[in-house]
Amino acid sequence: MGNGRSHISDATLGRQRLMDRSFQAVTTAFAWFVLVILAGIIVSLFIGGWQALKAFGVGFLFSSDWNPVTERFGALVPIYGTLVSSFIALLIAVPIGFGIAVFLTEVAPYWLRRPIGTAVELLAAIPSIIYGMWGLFVFAPVMSQHVQPWLQTHFGDAPYIGALFQGAPLGIGMLPAGIILGIMIIPFITAIMRDVFLTTPKFLKESAYGVGATHWEVVWHVVLPYTRIGAVGGIFLGLGRALGETMAITFVIGNTHRLSPSLFEPGNSIASTLANEFTEAVGDMHTSALIALGLVLFMITFVVLALAKLLLLALESRKGTKT
Amino acid sequence: MQTFTHLKQMAVGTAVALGLFAGLAHAASTLNGAGATFPYPIYAKWAEAYKAKTGLGLNYQSIGSGGGIKQIKARTVDFGASDMPLEVKDLDAAGLMQFPMVMGGVVPVVNIKGVKAGEIKITGPVLADIYLGKITSWDDAALTKLNPQVKLPKEKITVVARADGSGTTFIFTHYLSQISGEFKDKVGNSTSVQWPTGVSGKGNEGVASYVQRLNGAIGYVEYAYALQNKMAYALMQNKDGHFVKPDSDTFQAAAAGADWKGTPGFRVLLTNQPGAKSWPITGATFILFYKKQNKPETAQQVLKFFDWAYHHGSKMAEQLDYVPMPASVVKLVEEAWKNEIKDGSGGSVWTDAMVQK
Repeated sequence: MGNGRSHISDATLGRQRLMDRSFQAVTTAFAWFVLVILAGIIVSLFIGGWQALKAFGVGFLFSSDWNPVTERFGALVPIYGTLVSSFIALLIAVPIGFGIAVFLTEVAPYWLRRPIGTAVELLAAIPSIIYGMWGLFVFAPVMSQHVQPWLQTHFGDAPYIGALFQGAPLGIGMLPAGIILGIMIIPFITAIMRDVFLTTPKFLKESAYGVGATHWEVVWHVVLPYTRIGAVGGIFLGLGRALGETMAITFVIGNTHRLSPSLFEPGNSIASTLANEFTEAVGDMHTSALIALGLVLFMITFVVLALAKLLLLALESRKGTKT
Repeated sequence: MQTFTHLKQMAVGTAVALGLFAGLAHAASTLNGAGATFPYPIYAKWAEAYKAKTGLGLNYQSIGSGGGIKQIKARTVDFGASDMPLEVKDLDAAGLMQFPMVMGGVVPVVNIKGVKAGEIKITGPVLADIYLGKITSWDDAALTKLNPQVKLPKEKITVVARADGSGTTFIFTHYLSQISGEFKDKVGNSTSVQWPTGVSGKGNEGVASYVQRLNGAIGYVEYAYALQNKMAYALMQNKDGHFVKPDSDTFQAAAAGADWKGTPGFRVLLTNQPGAKSWPITGATFILFYKKQNKPETAQQVLKFFDWAYHHGSKMAEQLDYVPMPASVVKLVEEAWKNEIKDGSGGSVWTDAMVQK
């Protein structure tokens, strides 16, 4: 073997080592580049928002004021709007996305799987402004004439949740915004769930079917436990998208800085506040408050992703102790 | 080796082409402006016509009035444009002057079943109360008393405002603040305010589509949008107590009565002007320009463009439903150019001889 080695000269070896090192250095630099950009964004958001953060302190997060005239700014309304609309979106998109993914992987006949799968992916390719326009011109009238009055008559007087369905059925507001968001993130959740469901080893499923399990039992007891991590990842990817969605929300949320328990009332989200006001913000404090709002959105997304990661870690370690 | 020569040739070719391009760009420089979105259509049209005539291009970016002010202060553009006139002290602090370029009106538009354009009358105080959320139904006594001839439904009023900061909102809230002390205290006057009621849409088109979509809605848009979208505008009571219809006559009537000469910095706000025919919610859009010009040739080119627009652009403005500045105001503006805009050595950049009559 020593003979085989000798025909590679030291020069060649040296060159290869050098190339390998520089390759390592370059790829490492690329990876660090991402971190540098991330840190740069945080720092510049912090610097830009400092004036507002200094002036309002922690109160910035809990004040529902947003008054450019008196220069009193608080982020509560947009934070609330962002979280509530995204929550409604998840409420809709998770069960539907899960259902579609189960249908595509377990129930649908083979010839149908590809067309429906493609259709779902096409849904993801539609620009968000199209969803916004569709929401305002097609969906909002249906909401205001049919869905919202129905909700009001059936649930308007119900204890606790009744408050959610008060006010004029405009078809514009938190609920329509959440529903549109839900429709928008269905394809993301579906696509990922389908892909991870497909990774379940066939023999596991076949064995379950073999001992007489139904479709549902196979999905619930075999597929889901096996793919839990991926499925949760898909949900969080959808949530991340919902939190930052801008144009579609701007069309249907009503863009109003007022806090209301009712889902029929207009509200505002962080992203749409930024889209609406940034270009025309004249005062320094207004601009600074908007940048601080951007920082808040960044933090929310960061926390959501961190929570997702923690959840995944917890799931993984539990899986480890079980088997 | 072959490919190498090719590359070399290409590189040389590109370098030559770039050099030529740079040379061209130097000879026929393009004028740069940025700011208000409201006058963008007419500035673009003027720029196009001016380029066809003189070969000199104008690149106007409609990034919003706030952006225009920031850009001119950063000196990245030759001129800024704002729908909201700056205070004289702010102008002085930045070494800027401002002048009005073109006018427009803000028009209340409604969506009430069976009510067509010009059929409903509204007074300033009633409009203020609607936007304060104090009048909430179309069959409110205050409205039915004004409109005995119209059958107003028992329908909730949905108030629509602008979500983005805008000169339109500035003019509208300036008017309402003048009319109603309560509005001034609770809401105030700015390019964006905290509305006590209703929903908000982005841009004139956002407000227009919300009003058209929501039954019982009332909103405010630029005159051109009301006209182009065939919206049901309301007649407004002016300061003299007459109900007037929004059109270029009533906007010009409002401008004619204004004191352009005696107002420092041309900071004239045309809301609630006296005169039997004056439309009460009128406003002008402004150009921001440095008084001391380091590049007097460019400054002269910019002023020549505006001068041409004043004297030869009126028809184009009217076609797009803007209202041109009256000749008397143009004269005052050009006098101010002559007196206030200086080059590095203190000489006037603009002279009377440059006026293109």
